[in-house]
Amino acid sequence: MPEPFEPLIEGLGGLVGASPRGPEGGEVQVIASGWRLAVREFMDNKLAVVGVCVIVFFIVFCFIGPLVYHTNQSLFNPLITDQAPGGSHLLGTDDHGFDELGRIMAGGQTALEIGFFASAIATVIGTLWGAIAGLVGGILDGVMMRFVDILLSIPFLFVVLVLATKFSATVLDESMIIGLFSWLVPSRLVRGEVLTLRTRDFVSAARVMGAGKRRIVLRHLIPNALSVVIVNITFQVADAILVLAYLGFLGFGLQYPTASWGDMLGNAQVYVSEGYWWLVYPVGACLVAVVLAANLIGDALRDAFDVRLRRR
Amino acid sequence: MIGYIIRRLVMAVIVTLGIAAITFLMLHYLSPSPVYDVLGAKAQPLAVKSWNKLNGYDRPEILQFFSYLGNLLQLNFGYSYKLSQSVTALFKENAGRSAYLSGAALLLSLVIAIPLGIAQAVKRNSIGDYTVTALNFTLYSMPSFFLGLILIQFLALDWHVFPPVVSDSVTTTWQAFTHPLQLTLPIVTLALINVASFSRYMRSSALDSLAQDYIRLARAKGLGERAVLSRHLLRNACLPMITLVGLSIPTLLAGNLLIEVLFNYPGLGLLFYNALTNLDYNVLLAYTVLGGFLTVLGNLIADIAITVSDPRVRLA
Repeated sequence: MPEPFEPLIEGLGGLVGASPRGPEGGEVQVIASGWRLAVREFMDNKLAVVGVCVIVFFIVFCFIGPLVYHTNQSLFNPLITDQAPGGSHLLGTDDHGFDELGRIMAGGQTALEIGFFASAIATVIGTLWGAIAGLVGGILDGVMMRFVDILLSIPFLFVVLVLATKFSATVLDESMIIGLFSWLVPSRLVRGEVLTLRTRDFVSAARVMGAGKRRIVLRHLIPNALSVVIVNITFQVADAILVLAYLGFLGFGLQYPTASWGDMLGNAQVYVSEGYWWLVYPVGACLVAVVLAANLIGDALRDAFDVRLRRR
Repeated sequence: MIGYIIRRLVMAVIVTLGIAAITFLMLHYLSPSPVYDVLGAKAQPLAVKSWNKLNGYDRPEILQFFSYLGNLLQLNFGYSYKLSQSVTALFKENAGRSAYLSGAALLLSLVIAIPLGIAQAVKRNSIGDYTVTALNFTLYSMPSFFLGLILIQFLALDWHVFPPVVSDSVTTTWQAFTHPLQLTLPIVTLALINVASFSRYMRSSALDSLAQDYIRLARAKGLGERAVLSRHLLRNACLPMITLVGLSIPTLLAGNLLIEVLFNYPGLGLLFYNALTNLDYNVLLAYTVLGGFLTVLGNLIADIAITVSDPRVRLA
């Protein structure tokens, strides 16, 4: 889509540079072009496309894979423990006699579920908290942000581990615990974004043109603050999956027999010294691949949105 | 600047009080009274009641919080009924070894990351730059224990250079210091995790500095590349590292926990891990509160250090 010539005042873009086929209410079109520009910028980034492909691959592999590759993931089988890859078990079996490849799929399901769910919780709380603090301002803003400062100073992993001693760890519990303690960064980002956006010219222009509070929040603040939130979501997913792996490795992961990648690596030291490489490196590689892909997507999204801002 | 530092100090005190309040609430919620650890799980209700009364656990929460706060001010972190020792004594016993591990790892990561970041910036968009960036991204996305496992596999089990776990004979900080072979793998693992994020920042900071006029001037007046980089670029490009090191304390604490567990190195992290398995809540919450204090202290020192060393920040 061709770029309208640079509007002098953002938000007036619709009036100044609207193309003849553009819809009425020009600023909507400018936002759309910004988004489309960001998407194009994102798609030009090869690493980001690789990242998206990796995530899509893992979603298919973990959720559809078990329908094709049937394995027993609930009953302990002492007859076939620690078998090397080959035969009917493509990646061997672990010390409970579970098929390792099937277990990686099952563990990937929980990792992705918790990653997305925890980041959704964190994003919703963080966005609301930050937006309220930024919009209301004054004493409430001060109190809310000091609260964020305090929680941010308490080492996250410690709190999650201490709480994990008390909760039976289901996918839902674990997502809640991780999500409830990782909304702090998004809340700061959103508040900062709202504060700067409020004073930007295009918001003033909209106000001068007679836009109501509702319109300003829905049409101007939210769409523009959204880019920060979207970038953050991807990093949240990566962090949640890592924290889940730490919890599992330390023995506070999901309840048996639910599989998680961290739990599978809990005995990894023994496996390494026994030479059971198939119980360590495939899981580890999957873990790194998913986290890396999420980080790459986040980085590319940040660049894409940044470029959009710079071009204006 | 004095005014700024005072304001910053007041803020730090408020945040510290908040940390104490939140950990107290957590402790209160998870384990209202250590009575069952002292009298046993099957203690008579009457005995429980009188023990609680004797030790002040029947008072209103707010009073209990104030005595908790008073204890914290005297660096009294409570008593571990599981280990029959005061938590402060346990911390003193283990802090040296953990501080050595984190300190050495932090130092090593700076020694690697600063020159690496500058080299990447100078030779930007070269194959070497891309390789290091890719490596950094992978390291950054890798759980520290998995990196440790890979190092154990190659350097300990395959090539027998270092021991796979820290030997039980290493009991004091001095022994840890004088047995470098024992500590190499834990320190390197922890350092590499930091290098991944440090060198990324160092690269972008060096890129910013390289574009400045004073670098052009230094080149224009005929200084050699070495002098330009070491005398003019290094000091300016390192400024963001002050903040970064100050902010890296939570990462270091979390890293310590995982690395100490992986290598069985007796420090605060391993103490915390054992407390997790024993449900020793006084140790758990005391270490959480200590981590919070260290984080606040790290932020404070970084903020003051950057104000002192960067006049531009002072003006702003």
